[in-house]
Amino acid sequence: MSTTTAIEGIDETQASLPGRPPMNVILEWLTTVDHKKIGLMYIGYALIFLLVAGAQAMVMRIQLAVPNNHFVSPQVFNRLFTMHGTTMVFFVGMPILFGFGNYLVPLMIGARDMAFPRLNAFSFWISAFAGLMLYFSYFGANGLSGAGSAPDVGWFAYAPLTARVFSPGHSTDYWTLAIFLSGVGSIGTALNIVTTTICMRCKGMKMTRMPLLVWLYLVMSSLVFVTISPLTAAQIMLTLDRYLGSHFFDTQAGGSAVLWMHFFWIFGHPEVYVLVLPAFAFVNEIVPVFSRKAIFGYPAMVAASVGIGFISLSVWAHHMFTVGMGAGANTFFVFATMVISVPTGIKIFNWLATIWGGKVIFASPMMFCVGFLFQFLIAGLTGIMLSAAPFDWQLGNSYFVVAHFHYVLVGAILFAIFAAFYYWYPKITGRMMSEKLARWHFWLFIIGFHLTFDFMHIPGLLGMPRRIYTYEAGRGWGTLNMIVGIGAVFQAAGLLVFVYNLVRSYYKGKEAGHDPWDAWTLEWSTPSPPPDYNFAIPPSVKSRRPLWDLKHPEDPDADYE
Amino acid sequence: MGIAWSHTYAAFGGRDLTGRWGVTALSFFAREGKSKIRSRCLRVAQGVTFAAGCSLLFAGAAYAQSPTNMFDPAATPAHSIFDLSMLVLGITLAIFLIVGGMLLYALIRFRQRPEDSSREPAQIYGSTQIELSWTVIPVLIVVMLFLTTTRVIMGTQGISKPDSTMDVTVIGHQFWWEYRYPKLGIVTANELHIPVSNPKSPLPTYLTMSSADVDHSFWVPRLAGKTDLIPNRVNTMWIDPPDAGLYLGQCAQYCGTQHAKMLLRVYAQSPADFAVWVSQQKKPAQTDFSGNPTAAEGQTVFMHNACINCHTISGTISNGRFGPDLTHLASRDTLASGAIPNNVENLRKWINEPDSIKPGSLMPPMHLNDHDLNAVTAYLAQLR
Amino acid sequence: MMRDASTIPIDAGAIGEPAETPWTLPYRGTVGMACLILAEAAIFIIFVVAYIYYIGKSLSGPTPAQVLELPIFGTVCLLSSSLTVHFAVSALRKGKMRQCTLQLAATVLLGSIFLVTTAREWYHLIHDEGLTIQTNLFGTTYYSLVGLHATHVVVGLTMLSLVLGCSLFGLVKEEHSEKLEVLSLYWHFVDAVWVVVFLVVYVLGR
Repeated sequence: MSTTTAIEGIDETQASLPGRPPMNVILEWLTTVDHKKIGLMYIGYALIFLLVAGAQAMVMRIQLAVPNNHFVSPQVFNRLFTMHGTTMVFFVGMPILFGFGNYLVPLMIGARDMAFPRLNAFSFWISAFAGLMLYFSYFGANGLSGAGSAPDVGWFAYAPLTARVFSPGHSTDYWTLAIFLSGVGSIGTALNIVTTTICMRCKGMKMTRMPLLVWLYLVMSSLVFVTISPLTAAQIMLTLDRYLGSHFFDTQAGGSAVLWMHFFWIFGHPEVYVLVLPAFAFVNEIVPVFSRKAIFGYPAMVAASVGIGFISLSVWAHHMFTVGMGAGANTFFVFATMVISVPTGIKIFNWLATIWGGKVIFASPMMFCVGFLFQFLIAGLTGIMLSAAPFDWQLGNSYFVVAHFHYVLVGAILFAIFAAFYYWYPKITGRMMSEKLARWHFWLFIIGFHLTFDFMHIPGLLGMPRRIYTYEAGRGWGTLNMIVGIGAVFQAAGLLVFVYNLVRSYYKGKEAGHDPWDAWTLEWSTPSPPPDYNFAIPPSVKSRRPLWDLKHPEDPDADYE
Repeated sequence: MGIAWSHTYAAFGGRDLTGRWGVTALSFFAREGKSKIRSRCLRVAQGVTFAAGCSLLFAGAAYAQSPTNMFDPAATPAHSIFDLSMLVLGITLAIFLIVGGMLLYALIRFRQRPEDSSREPAQIYGSTQIELSWTVIPVLIVVMLFLTTTRVIMGTQGISKPDSTMDVTVIGHQFWWEYRYPKLGIVTANELHIPVSNPKSPLPTYLTMSSADVDHSFWVPRLAGKTDLIPNRVNTMWIDPPDAGLYLGQCAQYCGTQHAKMLLRVYAQSPADFAVWVSQQKKPAQTDFSGNPTAAEGQTVFMHNACINCHTISGTISNGRFGPDLTHLASRDTLASGAIPNNVENLRKWINEPDSIKPGSLMPPMHLNDHDLNAVTAYLAQLR
Repeated sequence: MMRDASTIPIDAGAIGEPAETPWTLPYRGTVGMACLILAEAAIFIIFVVAYIYYIGKSLSGPTPAQVLELPIFGTVCLLSSSLTVHFAVSALRKGKMRQCTLQLAATVLLGSIFLVTTAREWYHLIHDEGLTIQTNLFGTTYYSLVGLHATHVVVGLTMLSLVLGCSLFGLVKEEHSEKLEVLSLYWHFVDAVWVVVFLVVYVLGR
């Protein structure tokens, strides 16, 4: 094959030569603008923070395992839940999802890199700096009055608790600044993803032929622009209040605490959709491959995703049902929130229909997707319970809500992320992860997950509010909290097995080849790992599954869509 | 060129089983064949235990012996929420069983078996009919749920205030509750006394709520849903327990270090008992301690210390508003907003070192010597 | 052999087919700038919402009607600068370097005049009327909104001055017209925001 031999020569890059001095390697990673390396840095960075925030959760669960416990002081506990939430959302969730997006989007659309490689690198480094700054607050936040340490105002930092008078020192400012900078990074990456998707698709890849992952990242990134900005604006206002004496949220001067809530949740609700849409993206790619069937209802999936993006901008005040907005406003937000369950349900049904009539292979990516499907279903249903405002008047701000959103964040999103790891690890490293260790990971983690988060719903129903460092005996919460804590141990164990698997497989995993899963999207046509330039010759496609067309020339997708 | 293409595609993992990667791919999964049956059993087991667990969950919640169980309503708002919640739970449970059941079925029925041919299954890209039906049905469910929910919202928030009510103004503080009864001229703290409301001649208690500092939330699950107390804003809610008793709750909006110990105690009393309580609370504080020299001395110590800047004791010069009203402190069951039982020992400990009980509370240690401490404690313990 | 066959051109069925319609996608710079404008617009909207929410809610201090005057001159200058930058772009597209430089200079000048009028207005408000960001809710929302806008004007003027400087040194060529258009999009956005601020603060709010 003369064509192959001639092209082979291009594959030899500096990076593939053996025995490079470590300093060269480090410098290369520090100065890279390659989307794959930046994506991996995002992912690695997020994994480290996952372990840190997970440890914070462990400490909280120990403190809450029995009533009237004294494992940590209330001040430490309040910092723990603030840092845990802030870290998980901004320094685990966002980076890891942007990392996967960075890596996969150009490959899936047949491009060589992102639209703005240097902006890409800048976005990563400013986000990384922001995370370090947040944790620097443990040391540096003392301020003139000696007060302050890590922020302790809760991850949503309600005013006026965040005013100078109630939060002296600089801890709140570290929260504000760290998230502000991470927001700048997020907007940069989102800008890159949108521009890349619109302007750099390979020949023949019309918008209607893009993989669903690319669609979902497009919607997610578009959402980022109108989601992060309100938070940025609110944080500017908060900082002006704290340092220039303005009165945005100063209730003594006629300012409104509710205004902060509106601004925060106009960010906060679409933010959770920003986090969940990439999870959908991963499932959209993995479930068809392991059911050996095309995704059912591609146009409906696209429409549902775009619909979810739009509707998510209108539901924010369901976080504020207890604030006293009045019957009219409450009713509107009940309606909008219930409506969003329709496109979400459509997605679940489409996944079900994809599996139906297929040939399901329970390899590690699929196991985690199955966990995702059941758990996301349940999370959505508890969400519907919360959307009924009167029910929310009881359930809101209780452990029921904590259980619900962890069901989405851990049960759905984290499971989808695990699936994505197992699915794309062979492409990224050229080696397979150990299926045996994967099963240990899966079963340990899922048992722990259900022990913790199934049982966590009950204290909420029994009146346990969130963000309390301890509780009275005799409320019926003690045993349940103990079970919740035990589940956390299982999850920690599963996570450690996972990290071990990641590291071990890099050195000892079986060679993967181009396409170990027999998949259909463009990234599986490159070597594993892909060379720096991704594609020697930019591909040209005629359908949604270009590799299916090649593998089934007698029955190409192009005939059907 | 065409031949080159088929070689190429086979070479990187296509359907062609003789292709190098094709064998690798298939054999990889074939190796898993032995665990297929185990996998199926595990999957079913997972589903079944899960369903069982869920039912236990809610059964447990319903029957748990908890004084703050929202499924044990004791007033009209809590009752209407309970009724709505049963409907919502029923619908969501049904959806879970149907969709989850179908998912489980699909995963078992359509799993890959070792004896399967290597042919790919039929590729189905969509079906307008099916997709339409599973859009329309959820929309109908949503509409139904929405209308039911709206009815409850209107019935709780949307009704106008009746003529005969017990009015209480609730002001949230870091980390205690201030209660003022404007029509009765009473001010108290941390323990809310209300009359029961006879369904035949209702007397609901209307709470008008705001905050003196940061956001708080009033949540007594057995009586009603929670409503937030927000500075510079007035919210209202109402409760009407027909049965006398003590109803527990706590602050449900993070308000700072001691948010966890800002507990709520609502005493619903029969009309007779309530009248007794009211008449007692209306009296000014006892100032004559002729039979109790320690208490008398304590009163002097109190009035000459910074205590008077934060606390009110009616009928004396002490008229601070930052801390709770102490006029009838000894009539309360607990101290520090429910944190500890009200007895002399605890009272002494609280005055001496509040951080030992509620670290981060805003009462500073008063640095009294033992003698003065005993005196003040004796004085306050007399304020019934 | 692991790293064997390199990326294989995926071109199923395209061989031997007649040439299809050319595959053109939008210019990256325009799409990127549109995204940035969307994000910035969202930030401004929040500040505008805060302004509107707090109209009439100040507990004390001067009201808009008492102290604000319509900034007609500054507004005219700023809006005209949109026109001049548009001429600069079309001049560059046609290769008329001198015209482009002149129009850019006019844009920078007009924008700077706007900033000066804002500065003078603020001086008057602070020194003569005693209105600062701390005074009341009006002061808070006014200075933050107008200030945020002015910051964006400064950024825009910096970029425009850079391009002006480059064009004075003859470094700007016809092939850069797309890039200049992207910058002009930002400038148009800044002007559009001013239209909104003008209407909300000086017309509606008074």
